[in-house]
Amino acid sequence: MPLILASFGCGLIFGLGLLISGMTEPEKVLGFLDFFGAWDATLAFVMAGAAAVAGVGFALARRQSAPLFASKFSWPSRSDIDAPLIVGSALFGIGWGLSGICPGPALVNVAGLTAPIVVFVAAMIVGMFGYGLWQRRSTVRDIAIGTGVVTSSDG
Amino acid sequence: MHHFTPLSGLIGGALIGLAAAALMLSAGRLAGVSGILGGLLTTGSDRAWRLAFIVGLIAAALIGPLLGTPTAAHLSSSNLVLYAAAGLLVGFGSRMGNGCTSGHGVCGFARFSTRSIVATLVFMGAAIVMVAIVRHGIGG
Repeated sequence: MPLILASFGCGLIFGLGLLISGMTEPEKVLGFLDFFGAWDATLAFVMAGAAAVAGVGFALARRQSAPLFASKFSWPSRSDIDAPLIVGSALFGIGWGLSGICPGPALVNVAGLTAPIVVFVAAMIVGMFGYGLWQRRSTVRDIAIGTGVVTSSDG
Repeated sequence: MHHFTPLSGLIGGALIGLAAAALMLSAGRLAGVSGILGGLLTTGSDRAWRLAFIVGLIAAALIGPLLGTPTAAHLSSSNLVLYAAAGLLVGFGSRMGNGCTSGHGVCGFARFSTRSIVATLVFMGAAIVMVAIVRHGIGG
């Protein structure tokens, strides 16, 4: 139960940060991505502020033997730069640039129940399922030919 | 028309970073939204903390405005096909690339992960090119 409450609290603070920073407004995000228009640098300040504070927290976490409410730290294990990383990130970037919406702001905005966001989140979930199915298929094939790799998430 | 708002950006960003730090210190998990949601959809175990985090994100839009934050975005419904296509690309691509703006962007930079920094440069570059094409017809 403490784990669930902590996780809820973290999601809440994360969402409040997105709202305060303006990053739930797609127009504001697109203003950052629009290098050839009236450029708005706010997103860079959001990411810098977030990464700085998270970095301090992560440094503290590295000095602990275990998290407060779980048995171990699940740090991302991968450091390789492979084709799925590049292709997946490029596809994500195309969708982000088309809409100005990424997963965090999408989930905060879905509370407003407006049609565009509901459509976006439904399609995002379909896309995630779709990748899961596609990956399972190729994993089965790769294992069959002996090149199967176990992947883990970076987040 | 939106204006440059560095102060609210830094304050909001610091809260996002605080949430990411707190999730690691309490649950031992990385605050990557696409990874948390994707894991909720695909893994059998481990669902409770993921669902709690996502409920927290959604609750922010209900609680935040009572505390004085901006409300959730209200977008015009004129282009639902565009939002459907964008959502598909964001969902598929963020899972294939193992992360999005939060996991690779915020947390990846905070961990000095080369892999995540490369991913962030790729998705930002792709997004900048898309906006240039859509808004200015550059290269299109």
